[in-house]
Amino acid sequence: MPIDWLVNGTPVRTASAGTTPLLDVLRNELDLKGTRYGCGLEQCGSCMVLIDGKPAYACAREIGSLAGRSVTTIEGLGGNHPLQRAFLDEQAGQCGYCLSGIIMSAKALLDTNPSPSRTEIIAALDNHLCRCGAQPRILRAVEKAAAMMRQGVRS
Amino acid sequence: MSDTLPLSIVNNRRMDKWLRFQPDRTLRLAVGKVELGQGNVTALAQIAAEELDVSLACIAVLSGDTQDAPDEGQTTSSQSIEVSGRSVRLVTAELRARVLDRLAQRLNCAPEEIAVEDGAFLLADAPTGHDYWNFVQPDDFVADITGTATPKPPSAYRVVGQPVPRRDLPGKISGAGFIHDMVRPDMLHARILRQPNRGATLASFDEAPVRRAAGGDFQVVRVGNFVAFVGANETVVQRAAAAAPAHAVWDKVRALTPDMAEAAWLVGQPSNDRVLYADQPPPANVVEASYSRPYVAHAAMAPSCALAEYRDGQLSVWSHTQGPYPLRDSLANVLGMPADRITVRHAHGAGCYGHNGADDVAVDAAVIAREVPGHCIRVQWRREEEFGFEPFGTAMHVTVRAALDEAGKPLDWTAEIWAATHVQRPSSGGNMLTHEALPTPPPDPRPTDPPEANGGGGTRNALPAYDFPVKRIVHHLVRQPPVRTSALRGLGALPNVFALECFIDELAERAGIDPVQYRLSLLSDPRARRLIENVADRSGWADRGPAGSGRGLGMGWARYKNKAAYAAVAVEVEVDREVQVRRVWCAADAGLVINPDGGKNQLDGGIVQAISMTLKEQVKLDATGVASLDWASYPILKFSEVPEIATEIIHAPDLPTLGMGECTFGPTAAAIGNAVAHALGVRIRDMPLTRDRIAAALLRG
Repeated sequence: MPIDWLVNGTPVRTASAGTTPLLDVLRNELDLKGTRYGCGLEQCGSCMVLIDGKPAYACAREIGSLAGRSVTTIEGLGGNHPLQRAFLDEQAGQCGYCLSGIIMSAKALLDTNPSPSRTEIIAALDNHLCRCGAQPRILRAVEKAAAMMRQGVRS
Repeated sequence: MSDTLPLSIVNNRRMDKWLRFQPDRTLRLAVGKVELGQGNVTALAQIAAEELDVSLACIAVLSGDTQDAPDEGQTTSSQSIEVSGRSVRLVTAELRARVLDRLAQRLNCAPEEIAVEDGAFLLADAPTGHDYWNFVQPDDFVADITGTATPKPPSAYRVVGQPVPRRDLPGKISGAGFIHDMVRPDMLHARILRQPNRGATLASFDEAPVRRAAGGDFQVVRVGNFVAFVGANETVVQRAAAAAPAHAVWDKVRALTPDMAEAAWLVGQPSNDRVLYADQPPPANVVEASYSRPYVAHAAMAPSCALAEYRDGQLSVWSHTQGPYPLRDSLANVLGMPADRITVRHAHGAGCYGHNGADDVAVDAAVIAREVPGHCIRVQWRREEEFGFEPFGTAMHVTVRAALDEAGKPLDWTAEIWAATHVQRPSSGGNMLTHEALPTPPPDPRPTDPPEANGGGGTRNALPAYDFPVKRIVHHLVRQPPVRTSALRGLGALPNVFALECFIDELAERAGIDPVQYRLSLLSDPRARRLIENVADRSGWADRGPAGSGRGLGMGWARYKNKAAYAAVAVEVEVDREVQVRRVWCAADAGLVINPDGGKNQLDGGIVQAISMTLKEQVKLDATGVASLDWASYPILKFSEVPEIATEIIHAPDLPTLGMGECTFGPTAAAIGNAVAHALGVRIRDMPLTRDRIAAALLRG
């Protein structure tokens, strides 16, 4: 049965079987490649998206559970979101594979808490792994994006 | 700088292999080194922009392509900027000289009178109407590169030395940029049922339950003991591969035991033995201590991935390999195909810290592509496959012995090392994983290690840079480790610097001398001394306080490979039940730094990764193979465990560039070892420094 849901604000009807992982639907059916496969086990955070504004792993989430729900991916940020600008300003990454997921969790944080402390940012990102060791820069980038957004910078 | 030509030029003398001015007013710079997450391609573009005086924006870099880019071997060992950077500098300086010589003749002036701005040529500050794009001729590219043109002096640099943003990052934070994202016409997805070990044979495979689990169409490709599931739907082949191991029965499976995962297991195993640097036997009266590091994983964030197409007898492969040309040669060997019918093109993968699964998955894709011609075959490893079959960094057991003078300073130093090979690429005696499963497998791997001239492998950084009268290395290259081992960031440097620099602290304590003062009293290299004094100052070393308070400050330093970049690292730890690294101070000297921001990113990344390995990481084994197959059983450092890091680059722009990607690795591990000993008042000599080892050390007292 087709499933109707929203991706980045746009209604979509998905033909994939209901047990298909959301990640596979995003990448292979909708050609949204920014959500990444890291482990398929909800352990690394590379596949993090927002479901109704809250961070959620896409790798093991079945598409059948998403009827009527709203999913936001990195593509939904448009490329010029304050978070994306701050990550470039701080050169917050090395290989960059973990960044889509991290930026989505950071977005969920900043959407609800415009002035997070360093501790709150760390807590929001602690489900994400970064093997290259870019964490100090990533934390600085999220702080910078928060400051930009408080000053009214929009994408 | 060295007056010999860099190998990259020796092997690629044709100018047009490197540089091409294109009709759209871009300059194509082709290089053989590849982007692995370290930002080297951005730095190489900076060097070219500097020497040619063209804008950075007009340079389009083609990196890693066996058809169109030079052969620069592997991207390894922090050599991209040292070797390829030096080559790009010489090549671009030479092209500039050729073009300006010809223009000077045309304008009847001296070449030095011509200025270049943004690629346009000026004479007496006035435009000449000429620029690279309208003035270069095919003739400029004909003669072999001689490497004799004089590059700019560093004092004239405008682009080199600036913190230029990475070229690949915008795409990667906007949903693109990785090999995993490539889509080609007629693409099929594939997953592998892996042979559990070399020599294992597939006795039976029950396909029916696997097809039920997959829930869709796919074909099974079987070549000898190599089995792949291939189909249009990625979800289906992924499910097939996940279900398959439970329905496959293998003969000749090698039995393993958990103790094989420990470095101590290596001692006494059959090995190739040698003694280096000192002929006379060690003296009888020595103090000694033994240190160890277990097997560790690259543990890249993304599973290995490759694409391959076989059409009309030609094989095209896309790979996140470190070495497109060496991979092409391996493919030719495994497939029995002439190399000139194979093209390998680099595409970005997740961060690469050495010889991971990149080449193996490319062979997987190529073998399937030949069985299923006319399609693009995309293979992606599963997470458990990545952890289970990547080559690991070898475990190492290091015993250090010193004979001391009456002041407690070493007269005679020995580092005795037990380790498996640190480099097991096909070019150095190793095998491609897939090859071993094919009907005609290659001979067993030959254990070799990099030569000392290249920094060694197990011996890397084992030779102290201190002024000891006699230094000696005894190296036992263990022939048959329980797992496949190969290059991982720094090779033996991390365990060797851990052993060396921790033992130095132990000797200082024995002599009743402050560890920093003790180091400085043994060390004449001014570049090293300056870094040690720098981090001692910034970390408040003078106020370090007594041992055993639960808080510790420790230091370690090394010059990577004893010939690349210098780094000194101090760390502050808090030890309760576990070790928390709170703050890190680092100072590094890498000569002329091309991109200081990129350099700092590498230094800091090395620190974070080394903390992770020192405190948390160990590959675990059970009866059938690797047991640490996910992030829960192979944990790495989390955001909440990453300390504040304050890194300073000590600039030395008139000195040759030294590769810096690996230089903080060993010093960080050693600094943690020393800081933990300072915090506890007792020493832990075996990595990782876990809760269990802390408890055991405290009980031991």
